[in-house]
Amino acid sequence: MNAELRELYQEVILDHSKKPRNFHALPDANRRADGFNPLCGDKATIYVRVEGDVVKDVSFTGKGCSISTASASMMTETLKGKSLEEAERLFQRFHALVTASPDKAHDNAAPELGKLAAFSGVCEFPVRVKCASLPWHTFKAALEEQAQPVKTE
Amino acid sequence: MSVVTAAVTRRFDVETVRRDFPILSERVHGKPLVYLDSANTSQKPRAVIDAESEVYETYYSNVHRGVYQTSVRAEQAFEGARQKLRQFINARESREVIFVRGTTEAINLVAYTYGRANVKAGDEVLVSAMEHHSNIVPWQILCEASGAHLKVAPINDDGEILLDEMERLIGPRTKLVAVGHVSNALGTVNPVKRIVEMAHARGVPVLVDGAQGAPHLKVDVQDLDCDFYAFSGHKMYGPSGIGVLYGKAALLEAMPPFHGGGDMILSVTFEKTTYNVLPYKFEAGTPNIAGAIALGAAVDYLNGLGMDRVGAYEHELLTYATDALARIPGLRFIGTAKHKAGVISFVLEGVHPHDMGTVLDFEGIALRTGHHCAQPVMDRFGVPATARVSLGVYNTREEIGVLVQGLLKVAEMFR
Repeated sequence: MNAELRELYQEVILDHSKKPRNFHALPDANRRADGFNPLCGDKATIYVRVEGDVVKDVSFTGKGCSISTASASMMTETLKGKSLEEAERLFQRFHALVTASPDKAHDNAAPELGKLAAFSGVCEFPVRVKCASLPWHTFKAALEEQAQPVKTE
Repeated sequence: MSVVTAAVTRRFDVETVRRDFPILSERVHGKPLVYLDSANTSQKPRAVIDAESEVYETYYSNVHRGVYQTSVRAEQAFEGARQKLRQFINARESREVIFVRGTTEAINLVAYTYGRANVKAGDEVLVSAMEHHSNIVPWQILCEASGAHLKVAPINDDGEILLDEMERLIGPRTKLVAVGHVSNALGTVNPVKRIVEMAHARGVPVLVDGAQGAPHLKVDVQDLDCDFYAFSGHKMYGPSGIGVLYGKAALLEAMPPFHGGGDMILSVTFEKTTYNVLPYKFEAGTPNIAGAIALGAAVDYLNGLGMDRVGAYEHELLTYATDALARIPGLRFIGTAKHKAGVISFVLEGVHPHDMGTVLDFEGIALRTGHHCAQPVMDRFGVPATARVSLGVYNTREEIGVLVQGLLKVAEMFR
C-alpha cells in the first residue's frame, strides 16, 4: 500500500472504525449534540454526562466513514474522566493536528494527544479533515449546548 | 441492414477517441488517470480546448454590438454555435435556444419567469423522487414564494418512476411537471416522451432536466414534445459555465424576462423599456462568448462520433461494467432500472464510500462518492451516500478492470 495511504489508515484507526468503542446512546447524558457533514451525509450524535467540571461519560451514535467513526470512538475514550479545561485543550490540539500543513504534522503531535496522534496523516487529505473533526466539533457543541445541529460546511 | 443500423454498428474506436483528450495521458499518484466521473463533469477533447483558445487568440470581442470585423466574426461564431445546438436537439428555431450558464440556471430561469407568472397559491408543481437538487430547490423556492405545493411522483426499488402514480398526481392544480431525462444518481432513463403525453393530455407543460441526457442520448425536442429542455455544456465535453435552455417559442414569448440589463432590451427610457426579441430577451449582459463557441465545437465533436454510436458504445460498456462489478462480494447496486444510461451507483458492504474514494484515488481512479446532489434519492434507498461510476466516450473495458481490482483491495482493507 502507498505510504501516504498507510499514514491515513493506520492500524489503530482501522481497528476503531471496525469496532467502535462507546458506540451507543447515553441514557443519563446531560449534554447532547448532533453533527452533520453535508458533503458525505455523515451524521454523529455525541452524548456527554458532565459532573461538576469533569466529563464523566461520553458516547456516540451515527453513521460515517472509517475516519469519522474512528475519530469519534477514540475521542470518547480519550475524553472520559477529563476536566472540561483539559477537554477544551485536547480539542484545540486535535484541531491543530488535522489541519496542520503536512510538513508540520509531526510537530503538532503533542504528547498529551496520545494515540490520537494517529490522525496526523489526515492533514495530507484536505477533503477528509472534516471527517476527523466532525465528532470533536459536535462534542464542543454538546458542551456549549448549541440548539442547532453542527455542520461542517 | 438499414443505413441507421449500419451507422450504429460501425466500430467505435475508443483508442482514437482517447487520443483526442489530452488529460487522459496524465498520471495520478503515479498511475494512469482512470476518469469515471463524467456525470459530474466530462473531460474536454483537443477540438474544444483549441476552439476556446482560438477565440481568445484570434477574434475575441463582444457580440451584438460592434461594427468592426473582429466583432462581426465573434458574432457569427457565437450565433453559429447556437445553430449547431439547435440542430443537436432538433429544435424548430434557433431563437428557442437560450444560452445560460448551465442546467441549474436554465431551471431557475423557468422557475423565476414562467413559474412566477403562472404558479399561484394552491397550485402544484410535480417532480419525481429521483431529481437532482437543481430540479427540486428552484421549485421549492417558487412554491414558498407563491404558496403553491411541490408534489413528488414516487419511484420503485429499481429506481423507476411509478407512471400510474405520476399520472394520478397530475391534477387540475398542476401547473408544471419537471422531470429528469436521465437520473444522475441512479442512471435511470425516464420515459420522458410518455410523461409529456400524460401531462399534455391535461394541458400541463413539461420541463425536462437534460443534464445527463444530452451527453449520452440522441435528443429530439420536437419528438419528445417537451416544453423546456435544460442542459449543461460541461457534461457533454464542452466548457463549464455555458449551457442551454430550450423552450417552445410561444411559451418563451409569453414569459417575462429573467435578468434585466444590456442586450435584453430594444429601447430603454426611464418611463418604459421594451424587451428584445427571443432569444436575447433572456440573455442579459455579455454572454460566455468563447464558452458558447467551444460548446459548438463539442457538438461538432459528438456529431463526428455520432450520437447513436456514442449511446451504443456506452451502453455496451455499462453492461460490461455492471457484470464485472456484480461479481464483487458484498457489492449492492443502487438503481437497477431496465432502461439505464452509463451510471452505476453502488455501495460496498462494510465500507463507507468516502474511504473507497480515497483508496481508489491512489489507483488513479476518479469516481464520485457522496450523495450526488440527490439526497432524497439516498433517503429513498436508505443509504447516506453511494459510490458512482459514470461513463464517457473515452472509457474502456481495461479501466473497468482497474476499478474492479481497486475495489477488491478496498474490501480487503476495511472488512
